[in-house]
Amino acid sequence: MKTIRIGSGAGYAGDRLEPSLELIEKGNLDYISYECLAERTIAIGQQAKLADPNKGYNGLLEHRMEKALPLAWEHKVKIITNMGSANPEAAARKCVEIARKHGLTGMKIACVTGDDILPIIDRYADTEVWETHEPLSKLPGKVVSANAYLGVEGIVKALQQGADVVITGRVSDPAIFMAPMIYEFGWKEDDWDLLGKGTMVGHLLECGGQVTGGYFAEPGKKDVPGVGHLGFPLVEIAEDGSFFITKVPGSGGMVTPDTCAEQICYEIHDPENYLTPDVVANFKQVKFVQDGPDKVVVSGATGKPRTSTFKCSIGYKDCFIGDGEISYGGPGCLERAKLALEIVKERLELVAPGKFDEMKYDLIGCNSIYWNPDFQYNEPSEVRVRVAGRATTKAVADLVPNEVEALYTNGPAGGCGAVKRTREIVSVASILINREDVHPAVQVYTV
Amino acid sequence: MKLWEIAHSRTGDKGNISNVSLIAYDPKDFEMLKEKVTCEKVKEHFKGIVKGEVVRYELPNICALNFVMYAALGGGVTRSLSVDMHGKGLSSYLLNMEI
Repeated sequence: MKTIRIGSGAGYAGDRLEPSLELIEKGNLDYISYECLAERTIAIGQQAKLADPNKGYNGLLEHRMEKALPLAWEHKVKIITNMGSANPEAAARKCVEIARKHGLTGMKIACVTGDDILPIIDRYADTEVWETHEPLSKLPGKVVSANAYLGVEGIVKALQQGADVVITGRVSDPAIFMAPMIYEFGWKEDDWDLLGKGTMVGHLLECGGQVTGGYFAEPGKKDVPGVGHLGFPLVEIAEDGSFFITKVPGSGGMVTPDTCAEQICYEIHDPENYLTPDVVANFKQVKFVQDGPDKVVVSGATGKPRTSTFKCSIGYKDCFIGDGEISYGGPGCLERAKLALEIVKERLELVAPGKFDEMKYDLIGCNSIYWNPDFQYNEPSEVRVRVAGRATTKAVADLVPNEVEALYTNGPAGGCGAVKRTREIVSVASILINREDVHPAVQVYTV
Repeated sequence: MKLWEIAHSRTGDKGNISNVSLIAYDPKDFEMLKEKVTCEKVKEHFKGIVKGEVVRYELPNICALNFVMYAALGGGVTRSLSVDMHGKGLSSYLLNMEI
C-alpha cells in the first residue's frame, strides 16, 4: 500500500528552525508543513502590507527559507506553509528570489490566494459576530482584514500543477497537512472517514513539538528526555488512512499515548464535531497504541459531511492597552505591593476619571493568572505589581504604565525593575460566510 | 487528593472560549474522574475566572475529559488584560482541584 511521510516544520509563527531542518535531512520525508498563523496574525500582516505592498508575510519567512529551500530540494521534500499570511504572492516572489540565489533551477513555487474577502465583506454587514452576538456592522473599530479559513482545495491544485513549495494565507491548520494525502492518494472530497483521519493527522502535527513532549514536561510526573533539543513530529500515513506518529531517532523529546492525548484535546470543543472547511471530523473514539520507542499508532478517527459555510476571521482596530510592572521584595513586600496598587488606582481616578473601559490590578506571584477571589496565596519572597488598562485612545492608555513607573519616586519603599508599554489592539471577530463567496486561486512560479 | 496526583491536562483557546483537558494517567482512575469532576464542580473551581457555562465531553479510549469553558478568557485572547491572555495556565489550576 502506498504511504507518504509528512513532517511538522513549525507549530507557531515564531517557532524554532533547526528541528524542521533535522526532519528534512533525517526524516525520510515527502512533505514538510509549517503552521505559522495565529488568529490575528493576518490582521497585523495586513497593516504591514498596506505600508509596503511587498510585506505582510511571516517575518521569519526569509530566515526559514534560506535554509529550508535548498535542503528540501536536495532531499526531494515538498514544503507547504501558511507563512504567506496577508500576502502569499509577495512571500512566493521572495521564495523565488531565495531559490534563484541558491541555484535551485526548475523549482516550482506556488501561492494560494482567495482567502482575503475584505473587498466583499459589506455583504455580511448584518451577519452575527460570534464574539459579540451583534451584527458585523456594529463592530466598534475599523475593519482591517477579513480572511476565510480555506480548505485543501487550493493547495491540492498547486500540487497537481507540480509545485515543490506551496505558500498560502489563511487556511485551516489541518489543511496544510492533509492536502498531500488527497493529492497523493486520490482521496475524494466526500471520502468523509478518510478526511476525518487526515484531519486527525493535521491536528496532531499542527503544533509542532507539542506532541513530541514539548509543553508536556512535569518533573517527577511527566519526565521528558532531551527537551532542550526537542525533535518535531512526523507522520507516516497509508492510503487507507492508517498512520503512526513518530520523530527522528536521536532527537530530544518523546512520542507516547500521553503526549498524543494532550495534543488531540488541544483546542477542540466537541470531539465528535470538529469543524473544518473540508470535513466535520469525529475524534471521540480515537485510540493510541505505543508500537516501539517514540512511535504511536493512531486509529479511530472518522468524518461526516462538511458544512456549507467557511469560518471567516475579521481583524478590527479595537482599543489600546497600557500596562506597567514594578517589583517589591523582602520582608513586608506583599503589603508594599498592595499599597502600590492602591496608589495607582487612586492616581488614575484622579487624572482620568471614567476614562478606562476595563482595569486589571495584579500581584504577580500571588493572583495574576488565577484571579479567583477565593484563591489562597502566601506571601512570596518577592512580588511583582502589574496594572493594565483598556482605553479608546493611546494617550489615556499611556497613563497606566506612566503611573506605575512613577512609583519609583512616589510610591512605596524598594520598588524596582519598572517596565511600561502601550499596545494598539487589533482584535478578531468571527463570522460564517457562504462557500460560494470564496474562490481559491493558484499561481505557480518556476525558478 | 489533588487532581494533579492522578491526571494531566492542557489548555486550548478559541476566542473567549477555553478548553481544558483532564487525562487520567491510569485508566482505572477514569471512572472516578467522570464521577467527581462534574461541570458544576469545575465551574465553581473557576469562580471569578469563567463567566459562562462549562460543558464536558468525553474521549473514553484515551481516558480524557474535555471541559469547554465559555467567557473564560477575559474577553478573548486578542483583548484580554490578563498576563496569560490565552489562559494557558488554566490547566494547572484545574489540577489544583481537590477531590
